[in-house]
Amino acid sequence: MTPAPWFGRKAKAARKTARQSVDALPDGLWTKCPKCGEILFNKELQKNLRVCSKCGYHYILGARERIASIVDDGAFEEMDANLVTVNILGFEEYDDKLAKWRQRTGMDEAIVTGIGEIDGRTVVIGVLDFHFWAGTMGGVVGERVVRAMEYAIKNDLPVIMFIASGGIRVTEGLPGLMQMAKTSAACAKLHEAGIPYIVVLTDNSLAGVLASYGSLGDFTISEPGLLTGLTADRVAKQAQVVNVPDNFRRAEFALEHGHIDRIVARKELKSTLIKLLEFCRNREEDEEDAA
Amino acid sequence: MPPSWNILDFEKPISELDEQIAEIKRLTAESGEDRSQDIATLESDRDRLIEHIFSNLSAWDKTLLARHPKRPYTLDYVRTIFDDYTELHGDRLFADDPAMVGGIATLDDRQVVFVGQQKGRDIKERGYRNFGSAKPEGYRKALRLMKQAEKFHRPVICFVDTPAADVNVGAEQRGISGAIARNMMEMTGLKTPIVVVVIGEGGSGGAIGIALGDRVLMLEHSIYAVIPPEGFAAIVWKDAARGKDGAEAMKVTSEGGRELGLIDEVIEEPLGGAHRNMELAARNLKVVLTRHLDELAQLSIPELLDMRYAKFRDMGAYEEKSVAVDSVITDCV
Ligand SMILES: [Zn+2]
Repeated sequence: MTPAPWFGRKAKAARKTARQSVDALPDGLWTKCPKCGEILFNKELQKNLRVCSKCGYHYILGARERIASIVDDGAFEEMDANLVTVNILGFEEYDDKLAKWRQRTGMDEAIVTGIGEIDGRTVVIGVLDFHFWAGTMGGVVGERVVRAMEYAIKNDLPVIMFIASGGIRVTEGLPGLMQMAKTSAACAKLHEAGIPYIVVLTDNSLAGVLASYGSLGDFTISEPGLLTGLTADRVAKQAQVVNVPDNFRRAEFALEHGHIDRIVARKELKSTLIKLLEFCRNREEDEEDAA
Repeated sequence: MPPSWNILDFEKPISELDEQIAEIKRLTAESGEDRSQDIATLESDRDRLIEHIFSNLSAWDKTLLARHPKRPYTLDYVRTIFDDYTELHGDRLFADDPAMVGGIATLDDRQVVFVGQQKGRDIKERGYRNFGSAKPEGYRKALRLMKQAEKFHRPVICFVDTPAADVNVGAEQRGISGAIARNMMEMTGLKTPIVVVVIGEGGSGGAIGIALGDRVLMLEHSIYAVIPPEGFAAIVWKDAARGKDGAEAMKVTSEGGRELGLIDEVIEEPLGGAHRNMELAARNLKVVLTRHLDELAQLSIPELLDMRYAKFRDMGAYEEKSVAVDSVITDCV
């Protein structure tokens, strides 16, 4: 189920897009929309939260950009930055790959977790970064997710998790797969404790991350057009016998079949999160307000 | 089909001796001649040969054994191990999934709930069982039965044998990812013991959707992996033909699982693999299964759930740099 983002044309395009948004944008003056071909001025694109002004294509955001677009004026403190990746299988190519992704993105791992403020409300946030090793979940991602959730339980804070992942990092083998169980188990604790949990699907939301903590929110909202499913293949194996819908494994498909609550455009995302957080305020807070 | 279609390459010398032995037995049965000495010699030669071959198996050989067309499947063990088994069907939402079987069963004097993936033996049954790839309705049926186990205070036994979950259009329409995720979450808090046994292929999310248990055991020649070795090779080396290297790198074997600290016990298989002596394989499995159920029955439910959470909570690799707290928490935006 994990061969997510590395197969096929779509994956190649996604990787290219990912690189473009990281490398090409800061230096160049303009960018060509990968979906409609429109020439977009980078300054405008940046102002528009990296959404094509012509066709509405949502560029993949890095974790830091995402956090900046959601929290109040940079109100974010990173947690568990001291967790370091381990080559658990002793796989010879692992360390080189890790170094490559670190160098390419300036990130140490595929997720940033921490405590942020959204509209003055303190929230635990985890953001996967598709630019880093396709946002794959290994030991550090799993541990950061679980620690973030445990911190939320201990401090009675809501949790927002942004998904952007091709799935489990296969070069971490079975311990990597176990991150599905580990994060799902933490979700059980989260719900048991009555902690509000919001999942935001972003491009790509796939495989082992979707099939674990990415599917276990109280609310699941999704950016438009993104790729989401247990694998990345948009051409189904049974293509000969079954009509594969045009929107197969897109956000719109997930909405149509009842897997997500809403599709929300990037510029509406923060206001939607604020509404949901407001709804989730617990009774104690209400009582305090009344007093 | 040629007679050798279900004999692996490294099994061929064994199978030749098997044939010789069978031939002598057939001839002596006709002639009445006593060649028991010859037979005994050949049999002991054969067993030594098996021991030799099986002491040198690669992770890829084990992968082939785990997928062996003659390997006992879930219902083969169920028929042998349980005194009584009543299959129960359906997820109450959409359909009954023949790739995931389950029901109530009696293990000696113990009532249990059983779930597991089922592969098909011949071409027709393979289609019917979808090659052991369960759909959302299969995972939901499994969860429904596990909830029943909780309600009636019966332990749950899960047999894992699947190449992967089904990922076709229907499975995505009905939410295969959500079904797998929900099972893991619900199993975390299921108030009854859960023992998982990987009996053949433990294929990725398809496996783990029924594999969050208090004990996770593997049959000796089964495999458990995040992705099939061929898929690993295709991703990492862009060459699906390097499945052999993929199996090695991922440590897909039961020894690998033990070494990584993720498997509680490896259950020994009969000489030459479970398919050479199904009865003995089932007996071994039953003994170990019963021992683990006995142990878990000693624990209170809160103890059980705490241990279960801690078990999976601690899985996965990372190092913790000891850095002053001030420098760890930095403003990153
Ligand atoms: Zn466009």
